[in-house]
Amino acid sequence: MNAAPPGVELAVEGIRVSFGGLHALRGVSLRAPAGRITAVIGPNGAGKTSLFNAISGFYKPSAGRVLLGDADITATPVHARAAMGLARTFQNVALFRGLSVLQNIKLGGHHAMRSGMLACMLAAPGARREELALRDEVEDRVIDFLELDSVRHKPVEMLSYGLQKRVELARGLAMRPRVLLLDEPVAGMNREETEDMARYILDVQEEWGVTVVLVEHDMGMVMDISHHVAVLNFGELIAQGAPADVARHPEVVRAYLGGEVAAP
Amino acid sequence: MTDFYIFLEFTLLGLLSSGVAALIALSFVLVYKGTRVVNFAAGEVMMLGAYCYYTAAALWHWPPVLALLAALAAVAVVSTCIEALVLRALAGQPTISILMATIGLASLLHGAVEIAWGQDPLETPALLPRMPLNFGEVMIPGAAIGNFLLAAALIAALVAFFRYTQTGIAMRATASDPVTAATLGVDIRSSQRLTWILSGTTGTVAGALIAGAGSVSPALASTALSVFAVVILGGLDSVAGVILASLIVGWLESLTVGYVGGKMRDVFPYLVVLVILVVRPHGLLGTREIERL
Repeated sequence: MNAAPPGVELAVEGIRVSFGGLHALRGVSLRAPAGRITAVIGPNGAGKTSLFNAISGFYKPSAGRVLLGDADITATPVHARAAMGLARTFQNVALFRGLSVLQNIKLGGHHAMRSGMLACMLAAPGARREELALRDEVEDRVIDFLELDSVRHKPVEMLSYGLQKRVELARGLAMRPRVLLLDEPVAGMNREETEDMARYILDVQEEWGVTVVLVEHDMGMVMDISHHVAVLNFGELIAQGAPADVARHPEVVRAYLGGEVAAP
Repeated sequence: MTDFYIFLEFTLLGLLSSGVAALIALSFVLVYKGTRVVNFAAGEVMMLGAYCYYTAAALWHWPPVLALLAALAAVAVVSTCIEALVLRALAGQPTISILMATIGLASLLHGAVEIAWGQDPLETPALLPRMPLNFGEVMIPGAAIGNFLLAAALIAALVAFFRYTQTGIAMRATASDPVTAATLGVDIRSSQRLTWILSGTTGTVAGALIAGAGSVSPALASTALSVFAVVILGGLDSVAGVILASLIVGWLESLTVGYVGGKMRDVFPYLVVLVILVVRPHGLLGTREIERL
């Protein structure tokens, strides 16, 4: 079988990632239901970011597969995954300094540009039209949706941290993804910014039908907005299911509150 | 009044000559901005481009414009090979290793050019028609204006490309954060390949212009080395900075020739550069956090 099961947009099957003798992921399997919000949680060093890097293609797993919709993307290069509908944000704000909010967001539509580099260099009318159409689409949908209109032409480094995170979300959305990976979307945010971001993520999922997979430390937010929660500990998946069930799972309680964890 | 005309003439000459210098400087800056590599082979690539132009224009008797296009295509291929065979293999290595590789590459290209074309200066047909101008007492030689206009047009096109086209912006994004650019669907490898091609072809235009003003010889490569002072003055990663620095150094060189004498041409402007750098070590418009080499 080379496709994710029906109703599952992103599936990870038996992924192993090792750095020398250090096993970051030991055969993790995860399913993200289509059009829902899936959260990956776990203590520091559990392998959450490694999992994200394996899904986006920065780490080549030594075993296992990554399935996006009906395609096996395990061997697909990073940039090609974007065109297949995979978008991600980073733990640290990864916006391009020196570019405006709009230019940053427009880069999200880069993979959709069909005209090649040569056509762009010669400013062929086709490339020009495509660029204008892209700009319109991006402006209309994403900027309005995430209420970034007033800062559209500002350089990103002038924005507050919370707003920068929102621009990063907008850039991810501008990629028109099937699956949006959010790496700690509310890390370092205050209460109010966190609530705003949670609302935007919910809106993204509800109104755009995007499958969202997020890594987050803020347990309150995770339990509030996720439909599906997966818990990692020491590179292994210890529980997966509805938030309320996962929160009561004995292994999860042990991983978070300490106790006799069977450390390898 | 004559004094004023002499000043004006040397000023104009200096500023006009700075166009070609700015092209050479840009050939350094493009690669540094795009890939964080200080390319000491930029001068040799420029020289190779000039020899290609010479071969097509003088030996095969092609029209100058066609000969330039052929030289651009040849250098684009060579740049692609350099990126794929040398830089790709050294990706992730320490800066100093890559720096040494570009110096080695410079020697290789230099040797190859001397084997293929010899060491003697070869007379090269002019790229642009000569149009000397006389404004009363001010005399501007034929090649200067055309060279400057061509250089200015090319620089403007490059700036517009990086500022307004999706590909240009993607290349800037690749330069500042390759990891994020890749997740956005930017093909990092083709972006970096294009950077090397742009740098090589920019140098080739400069090389053809210089060669077309007289002759081409292996000494052409060292012209680029003297332009390196301009690059450092402007800021290794600043396009606007090197344009400004080219104008300043070109003007100073010309005034030095006019008032002090030709022998001081290579000394005085660089004294000024040295003084400015003591005050602003990161160049006129460069960013501060550049790694010192």
